[in-house]
Amino acid sequence: MTARTASLWQFRQPSVIPGFGLALGVTLSWLILIILIPLSGLAWRSSALGWSTFWTLATDTRTVNALRISFGTAFLAALVNVIFGVILAWVLVRYRFPGKRIIDAMVDLPFALPTAVAGIALTALYAPNGWIGSLLTPFGIKIAFTPIGIVFALVFVGLPFVVRTVQPIMEEIDKEVEEAAATLGANRFQTIRRVLLPGLAPAVLTGFALAFARGVGEYGSVIFIAGNLPYVSEIAPLLIVIRLEEFNYPAATAIAAVMLIISFAMLLIINTIQAWSRRRYGYGA
Amino acid sequence: MAHDAISSRTGNTETVRIATSESRLARYGLIGVALCFVALFLVLPLAAVFTEAMRNGPGEFATVLADPETFAAIKLTLLVAVIAVPLNLVFGIAAAWAIAKFEFKGKAFLTTLIDLPFSVSPVISGLVFVLLFGSHSLLGPWLQSHGIQILFAVPGIVLATVFVTFPFVARELIPLMQEQGTSDEEAALSLGASGWQTFWYVTLPNIKWGLLYGVLLCNARAMGEFGAVSVVSGHIRGLTNTMPLQVEILYNEYNFVAAFAVATLLALLALVTLVLKSVLEMKYSEQIAASRRH
Repeated sequence: MTARTASLWQFRQPSVIPGFGLALGVTLSWLILIILIPLSGLAWRSSALGWSTFWTLATDTRTVNALRISFGTAFLAALVNVIFGVILAWVLVRYRFPGKRIIDAMVDLPFALPTAVAGIALTALYAPNGWIGSLLTPFGIKIAFTPIGIVFALVFVGLPFVVRTVQPIMEEIDKEVEEAAATLGANRFQTIRRVLLPGLAPAVLTGFALAFARGVGEYGSVIFIAGNLPYVSEIAPLLIVIRLEEFNYPAATAIAAVMLIISFAMLLIINTIQAWSRRRYGYGA
Repeated sequence: MAHDAISSRTGNTETVRIATSESRLARYGLIGVALCFVALFLVLPLAAVFTEAMRNGPGEFATVLADPETFAAIKLTLLVAVIAVPLNLVFGIAAAWAIAKFEFKGKAFLTTLIDLPFSVSPVISGLVFVLLFGSHSLLGPWLQSHGIQILFAVPGIVLATVFVTFPFVARELIPLMQEQGTSDEEAALSLGASGWQTFWYVTLPNIKWGLLYGVLLCNARAMGEFGAVSVVSGHIRGLTNTMPLQVEILYNEYNFVAAFAVATLLALLALVTLVLKSVLEMKYSEQIAASRRH
């Protein structure tokens, strides 16, 4: 009887360290006050709309287009980041070249640079009269004020997520594995494709998921370069802001709810793939 | 073939392929691709900020920075950071203490909840406070009748910033304190130290560099936050515009030089953050949490 009550009551394992109640109390109150109450407010407001209203708002053509643009460009940007992020991480881990340390530090720039600054800087570069944009205009290539511009901004924002998840895993790779592959007659390309990349897959997927999630919600760096043409280059977060400015709170709430549901679902799927891939290849992020 | 054998015997390492590395051509190619990518996406944008700000010479640059509106934006940005960062610092330490030093049920779930703001769009982070305190929310009429202004005022901006920067310090401290374990604290306690003494004299010195690292990142985000703050601020000039919002307003008025001048200050903040971050990583790498991802 006593044993049973003890195990039932054992919310935490006994410890001599003091301060559990205080620390957990502060943590939970702050969490509930700052995060959970505001977020459940959003859930409550969108459920108060009623299913049919919610469905009408969520399937509005402009909303659907904005969501498609947000998720589509974030997907493309995360893909670009996976390719170049893995190359960059590889170069930083394996090769020696002058200025390597500075490049390594620069990778974190998107974490440190405010997104509005990144937005106007990228626009200055890729606008038709900008530094790089003016070089491309003669060829009829337009980057800023098109969906490609959105992808460029999201590539900037998402890059460190891929590099910083893949880099530590690359550093841990045991060279013996590569030596073994080489002695068994694999050429370098085969070793990379069949031996190294599968082991990196979970980390690469994690990086992809983080960059993708960040890209879907990104606002500051995108709105300057996007051109914000409804149905063409208008992202979902911007549409939320526009609806708020029109005092159309139900529409803003509905878009936000759809965004949250889709991104949580996608993260769940990616986490599942990642768990599967970790089981299969043994190690990973 | 014969030439290869001779040159490798004479010690010409360039023709000897190391089995666990790529050919020289591939190496240079990859370095080239990586450097071009970094130049296009990281170096050039940063350079553009400074060049565009100086486009009409340093005179105009100085005029913009001396403008009272710019000054008000700087003051507000600092004020918001000074309130938001310490709040999340205290929360981060408390959360890390509870999660890293104790075993209890629901710990993994709690950790997930702490990370939640990372996966929410900044605009939605602002929206939730508009829905909570706006004029047709439950609280709205009550706040209005009591003359309490939260939205379109400093408290709203602080709340949105706290929401967005919520996980930074905790995220940094939890893996670090988990790695350090509890033996140091147990020793201090068995020698008769009180709980607070143990924290001040044992735990805090152990985690100080990791803590500083978390605060640095938290502060950079707090000063630079745009989306969430933009939604709750109301854009009242000289009153509720933080520096990033001031950049936006000036830019949308086609006052590009002024926008880039204010942006320069934020870019400098970013550079200082990066330098301090690198210094911390270089000197105290083992005292900063091993997992690097935010």
